[in-house]
Amino acid sequence: MNTTKRGFAYQLWDFFCSLRLSIFLLIGLALVSIIGTIIPQGNPPQEYLQTISETKFKLYQQLGFFDMYHSWWFILLLYFLTLNLICCSIKRLPRVWKIISEPVLVMDDRFETSLSITRDVKMTGAAASIKDQIVSFLKQEFAEPVVTEVNGEYHLFAQKHAWCRLGVYVVHFSIIIVFIGAIIGSFAGYKGYVNIPEGGSISRVVTRNGKAVDLGFAVRCEKFSVAFYDTGAPKEFKSLLTVLENGQPVAGKQNIPVIVNEPLTYKGVTFYQSSYGPSDEGASYHISVKNRKTGAATQITARQGERVALPGGAFLSVMEGTADVRPFMKDFDGPGAQVEFTPPGGQPQPFVILGDKYQSFNEQHGGDLVLTLASLDQKFYTGLQVAKDPGVLVVWLGCALMVVGICMAFFMSHKRLWARVTDGSVTFGGSASKNPAGFELSFDELMQKLNKG
Amino acid sequence: MSSSMFFNVAMVTYLVSTCIFFAFLASRSKAVGLAGTYAALFGFLVETAAIGLRWKESYDQGHGHAPLSNLFESVVFFSWTIILIFLIMDFKYKYRAVGAFVVPFALFGLAWAQLSLDSGIEPLVPALQSSWLMYHVITCFLGYAAFAVACGISIMYLIRDKMEQNGGSAAAGGMLSMFPAVKVLDDLNYKAIMIGFPLLSLGIITGAAWANYAWGTYWSWDPKETWSLIVWFVYAAFLHARITRGWVGRRAAILSVIGFAATIFCYLGVNLFLSGLHSYGK
Repeated sequence: MNTTKRGFAYQLWDFFCSLRLSIFLLIGLALVSIIGTIIPQGNPPQEYLQTISETKFKLYQQLGFFDMYHSWWFILLLYFLTLNLICCSIKRLPRVWKIISEPVLVMDDRFETSLSITRDVKMTGAAASIKDQIVSFLKQEFAEPVVTEVNGEYHLFAQKHAWCRLGVYVVHFSIIIVFIGAIIGSFAGYKGYVNIPEGGSISRVVTRNGKAVDLGFAVRCEKFSVAFYDTGAPKEFKSLLTVLENGQPVAGKQNIPVIVNEPLTYKGVTFYQSSYGPSDEGASYHISVKNRKTGAATQITARQGERVALPGGAFLSVMEGTADVRPFMKDFDGPGAQVEFTPPGGQPQPFVILGDKYQSFNEQHGGDLVLTLASLDQKFYTGLQVAKDPGVLVVWLGCALMVVGICMAFFMSHKRLWARVTDGSVTFGGSASKNPAGFELSFDELMQKLNKG
Repeated sequence: MSSSMFFNVAMVTYLVSTCIFFAFLASRSKAVGLAGTYAALFGFLVETAAIGLRWKESYDQGHGHAPLSNLFESVVFFSWTIILIFLIMDFKYKYRAVGAFVVPFALFGLAWAQLSLDSGIEPLVPALQSSWLMYHVITCFLGYAAFAVACGISIMYLIRDKMEQNGGSAAAGGMLSMFPAVKVLDDLNYKAIMIGFPLLSLGIITGAAWANYAWGTYWSWDPKETWSLIVWFVYAAFLHARITRGWVGRRAAILSVIGFAATIFCYLGVNLFLSGLHSYGK
């Protein structure tokens, strides 16, 4: 019983140590990840039901396909990968560490045959003097050697970049660090979204999970503006934000311009320009009213939906408007508003008024009066992404470590040289952890230099 | 002279280079192989000038941004990086036959861009107005290009491996005789991926850093991000396969081809078929 238990534990250990499992998990993760790129993630159920049948919907929902990167089985695969790389590292690291910390100092005959590169060099002199020559040569051209004397022969060993063998483990470790950063972020951070109308402020944010978070301070949107290129493509979305503590502006955090790619951070919470729209309170319309007979003109200002008295007993209310009518009326531009005009004692008449460029258009309506839309003040709200992620620094640490590890593992090679010095001759042996062909070239160069010297 | 004319010259030169490389396979003359490399180098210099000129043109038009902002510019840059990685490997290892299977990738890219993509220089939309754009795009495309080179080499491996298994010896194989030995091809494939994988990793990291800076989240499982991770998984599997018995050689070559297919889908397929945050390229 005991032995089978032990056997099972070993089997499980071997299973998690195996490279085949790594390959299987990596390819498996690659394959299942495709699902979430084809099925849109996190949409409301109605949207899915428009394109797929109800049975399919239920099946997909059961399988977690609508939020698959957070489904139990995807997370499980990631845990398996983590476990796999931890076990692989635990199994292999001691062996690699031994190569680094306890190098083979003596190249005996058996070890020599295991090396792919060996060269015999004839030299004049006794072993001791040749040894001194080789030591200073290696010190200058390669690395300082360790000298061991065995039976009157001198054994030299020198190495370069031994620690680059740890690169693979640095990369594995960095992946775990990134995961830890992600876990910290998911527990201690939040992501949310707020709309702030111009002039308004907020101190609470609703997160993606539907939880309301108190910021502990408030953010006021002083102004929002959008600029366009001549082509009509957007050029810049800009919010001017002020941070308020207890209703008072915080010094240095007033009227901070926030544009896409330039967020505002305060107390670990970051605000990103994300969207915008017309504010609910509607625009103010500046309308000039001219009497056709007398020519007397006055200016009035009307808020959207407000019923305003006009000279001579008529009334006007603006239903809606826009700063640019191009999308709605072909061949016209500038501001425009849909109004409802009620002449004295008459029925309400709906029509459109435009800017002063279009006098003849505006003269078609309004009875005794000619209404011209001088300008309008459209108020916007700004849509801000709000994020707090204390794990993000840990993630960057992991990424930096990954880059270092990759450089060690991919671009550096552990190079080792052995020399056995006897009277009148030296036998060299060499090995490199990577690019053996390239190492052989530099090995031969070294031998040539020795011959010349 | 406009950049468009330079792009055309580069395109024709890549076509000529491809033809010379195939002539090299047929003629087995070393001089012809060298001519193929020089043609590719000339095309590369012309394309470099064209990209530089286009950069200048964008300043002349008052937009002033690096030519890395839309589909046309990225396809052109992709072809440029493919030739760059190919030339580096060619000068280092001197296996000329590889050109016949790599230069066509750059040729297809440039021809597609010149013949059917909109080459207008557009101003940058707000989301792209960041210096991260350069770091992110350059690292990603250099990585993609190394994978393109690896894919070309893997196709050669699979052809030669198939021929040898069918009993045809290398010497008798005509064109095949100029292919490097399967062992060499396997090694070259590995070397190309050793260039590509670190660059892709850097590309993903710079992308995450930018996303965090612009959107407040370094990873949102957007289709583009996910596909870049899929590509990363495939090449990570490749690197682990290299040290696993039974996975060297043919399977590694197949993984490399699959990896490049995933790369192309990540680059183009996601923009054409899926919706997400990276929709600038449409």
